[in-house]
Amino acid sequence: MTTRTLEVTGVDVTPEGRAAPQYGDRPTVGDEVVQNYTINFGPQHPAAHGVLRLIMELDGETVERVDPHVGLLHRGTEKLIEYKTYAQALPYFDRLDYCSPMCMEHSYVLAVEKLMGLEVPLRAQYIRVLMAELTRIMNHMLNLGSHVMDVGAMTPNLWLFEVREDTMQLYEQVSGARMHANYFRVGGVHQDIPPRVLDNIATFLDKFPTIFEDAISLVADNRIFKQRNVDIGTVSKEDAVAWGFSGPMIRAAGIAWDLRKSQPYDVYDRVEFDVPVGTRGDCYDRFMVRVEEVRQSAKIMRQCLKDMPEGPIGSLDRKVFPPKRAEMKTSMEALIHHFKLYTEGYHVPAGEVYVATESPKGEFGVYLVADGTNRPYRCKIRPTAFSHLQAMDFMMKGHMLADTTAVLGAADIVFGECDR
Amino acid sequence: MASSAPRYAPAPENWGNLAATPRKGLETAFNVARDNLLAVLTTLRDVHGYQQLMEIAGVDYPDRPERFEIVYCLLSLTRNSRIRVHVTTDETTPVPSVTSLWPVAGWLEREVFDMYGVTFAGNADLRRILTDYGFEGHPQRKDFPLTGYVELRYSEAEKRVVYEPVSLAQDFRNFDFLMPWEGPEYRLPGDEKAQGEAPGAPSPIPAGGAAPTVPAIPGPGTPKVTEKPADTGAGAPAGKTAQADAAKPATAKAKSEVSKASGVPDPKPRRGGKKADGGDATA
Repeated sequence: MTTRTLEVTGVDVTPEGRAAPQYGDRPTVGDEVVQNYTINFGPQHPAAHGVLRLIMELDGETVERVDPHVGLLHRGTEKLIEYKTYAQALPYFDRLDYCSPMCMEHSYVLAVEKLMGLEVPLRAQYIRVLMAELTRIMNHMLNLGSHVMDVGAMTPNLWLFEVREDTMQLYEQVSGARMHANYFRVGGVHQDIPPRVLDNIATFLDKFPTIFEDAISLVADNRIFKQRNVDIGTVSKEDAVAWGFSGPMIRAAGIAWDLRKSQPYDVYDRVEFDVPVGTRGDCYDRFMVRVEEVRQSAKIMRQCLKDMPEGPIGSLDRKVFPPKRAEMKTSMEALIHHFKLYTEGYHVPAGEVYVATESPKGEFGVYLVADGTNRPYRCKIRPTAFSHLQAMDFMMKGHMLADTTAVLGAADIVFGECDR
Repeated sequence: MASSAPRYAPAPENWGNLAATPRKGLETAFNVARDNLLAVLTTLRDVHGYQQLMEIAGVDYPDRPERFEIVYCLLSLTRNSRIRVHVTTDETTPVPSVTSLWPVAGWLEREVFDMYGVTFAGNADLRRILTDYGFEGHPQRKDFPLTGYVELRYSEAEKRVVYEPVSLAQDFRNFDFLMPWEGPEYRLPGDEKAQGEAPGAPSPIPAGGAAPTVPAIPGPGTPKVTEKPADTGAGAPAGKTAQADAAKPATAKAKSEVSKASGVPDPKPRRGGKKADGGDATA
């Protein structure tokens, strides 16, 4: 039952691409009093990218207030980690943001290494950066694809999923698993990458830009896509800082802030790349920032392949990093180390650190409190989605109901990470 | 080559007139009294350029008089540096909310409230955030068991999700990894041979000498018995309805569980063996 006549028919966006929040200001037509009503979005909605429940207060089709209910995927990861050794806690990180598993592991291993003061061989650092950037491509393929699908385009999503499938094949060749890799280790990485797989990665880097650029060319200048995204969910620089934005969200707002650049970890200070920055802080900028990040990631990966030295892939400290399998068969000491590391694990000196890395979605941090035993006393995970999703309320205010999916898609939220 | 952790600028040396005491550790951090929290954070944000609040973490130390530590992780985009601010509190004393300084603190404080039960004075929307609707307790407290207190399942009989007390088929296993090499806190039989003699003393003790004094060995405690069902570690028996259900014959169960939903007629028990089936091709 509609009690209000809207004069606009068919087009809900002005020719300048500006959204139409002005409906809320118009007087109602007719005698009936229009009241706001509340609708429930999710928790099982294909555009919610997981189990998000939004309680939305609408005035007609205009969103007045959004109250996201999260926690439907809360699995108590932080509590579980307190009951596991440091090595056993690692696989939980794959299951946080399951679209970019290795980037989750990255923060954790760096935090433990910082507490232990552990040095990581150069080859391992290059491998980590290589895989972190592959992960970024993998994540962005999913996000860019689902973002365009959320606003109505089908084809690019299918093409980008093909690229994502290729990245997952590489994941499998490197770590043995397509998604939950459990590949990074405190002190290095689990296994060396064979030359042939490095070759496959190089082939992928040569091939994927064609299909990627094809897919992006379908939407980047597309009129409908722009109408759905330009000036939707605009966030100013000040708001982005106050709401704790990070990653593509803060860059789209016009702040050139990338932890890989400003607070380099591993070998990010040895590779050259550019940080894309938006100008208007809307959904379109967020999309395009991610598009450019994919190109830069490919650039970083090529440099890694070129510069990666030979050498060990893990710390030589045998009290932390397990010996090679072959060594175990001949050396008694190696056997003992292996046994101790896989039962008791290593002890981390007491201390507290907050270590954050640039995950594909933004600043992913780990606040780790060690008490000197083999298990973390507290492992607080800083999800990127918490601040971005909390800002939904003010980003959506005055927009149409249909813009929800654009804002949500551009925020790139995954609930494994948000709810932990 | 140093640690490969993120490298950022060190925090400034001169903090001016900040009502905070520095903490020891790898990173710059301060202890702040609860009452000074807002003033200190405002100064850090406006004077020292720590514009972003990235995280509020809670930590539980049950042995301390003020058991909860609330940790504010700040980031400076202009100085490219990070610091932490720690305050302590107990179960009842509220911490001043920082939502007036950073709107992002709203959800972060909600999470600390949900996980630890710490209240924040001034947070207008202090609801639970991660746990279930109607959840009781604060799961990140160290005295909250890992398994929790309730479990839920979909009951076909009641056609809804039911909450029941947790029943574990097996006791929760907590391995004491510290035992073998770090030194046990109890003595095993035979341990006395390893000590009780002065360093360099001849061994064994010469005949006629006093027997070495061996401290009493604490026993391993009451031996484990499984006389009663309660001793087995199995969970509490299932509820009365479930027991009654289990006691029913299979056809009755099928009636109560399946046919209610599907509307399929109740299965009739076969009678008279194969012949009753009639036209079997192999017959």
